[in-house]
Amino acid sequence: MNDEMIGVPDMPRAIVVGHGEFAGGLVSAVGQICGLADKLVVLSMMGKTPEDIEGAIREQIARTGARVIFTDLPAGSATLAARRIVKDDPGVVLVSGVNLATLLDFVFNTSVPPTEAARAAAERGKASLIVVGR
Amino acid sequence: MAIQLYRIDDRLIHGQVVVGWGQPLNVRFLVLVDDLVASSDWEKELYRMAIPPEMEIIFADVGSAIRDHARYADDPRPGLLVTGDIASMYRLVKGVKAIGSVNLGGIHHRAGRAEKLRYIFLTQGEEQQLRELESAGVEVTAQDVPSARAVPLPEVLDGESR
Repeated sequence: MNDEMIGVPDMPRAIVVGHGEFAGGLVSAVGQICGLADKLVVLSMMGKTPEDIEGAIREQIARTGARVIFTDLPAGSATLAARRIVKDDPGVVLVSGVNLATLLDFVFNTSVPPTEAARAAAERGKASLIVVGR
Repeated sequence: MAIQLYRIDDRLIHGQVVVGWGQPLNVRFLVLVDDLVASSDWEKELYRMAIPPEMEIIFADVGSAIRDHARYADDPRPGLLVTGDIASMYRLVKGVKAIGSVNLGGIHHRAGRAEKLRYIFLTQGEEQQLRELESAGVEVTAQDVPSARAVPLPEVLDGESR
């Protein structure tokens, strides 16, 4: 596995987009827990048109080389924008419904390419949803 | 139950529509009226995948929405109809003549538009179309989410609430 395959060192490996302060809050939590917030780019959708959101994600992909986009809601504007980007560039991976467990698994998994780490992280995120009590 | 909300929102399907309004109104079918989306299989699939399984999505261009509106109105399920711009809703209302209210949910900044509310930006032509709708007896209010106050059109156009 060469460096190109596992991402550019010191550059963010994924973009996190969500409603309100969701992305910033989630990435802040990653930073507080493990200090790896700099591996993620935060984008807020507030006040943005779908075109603005898509443009902002594309800009960050071009700037960082990130190949992974995490979004909050499957029905959200960010998810729709990201799906347009994936259509144009199938090498980019979108994970919708991101949670903290997903991001933590992702930032620690540097032994595989980010797109592969994203798929594994999504499974971890799903498994982290538990219900306790009757 | 018919259509519970006629909304203009340039994001078409997104969280506020599907969850913010969809859940409290118990929306079971959503009519997306947009000429461009209705003509593209890929666009339709994009929006279809954003809809929860309990909700049906119907795609229509403005012409077929006018033609099929009586069917939407007779549907026993609660529905929501959304257009991506004022011009499409204007054509729909003029063609149907049975729409009593229109919700301005999100019309964002573009060249030539002036800010009226945080989420409403309008050109002079769009303002005029909204005024015409009100003159024709259609209640036009701006309200992004159900918990917000419905801002009457004159107040929206004043821009004092922004």
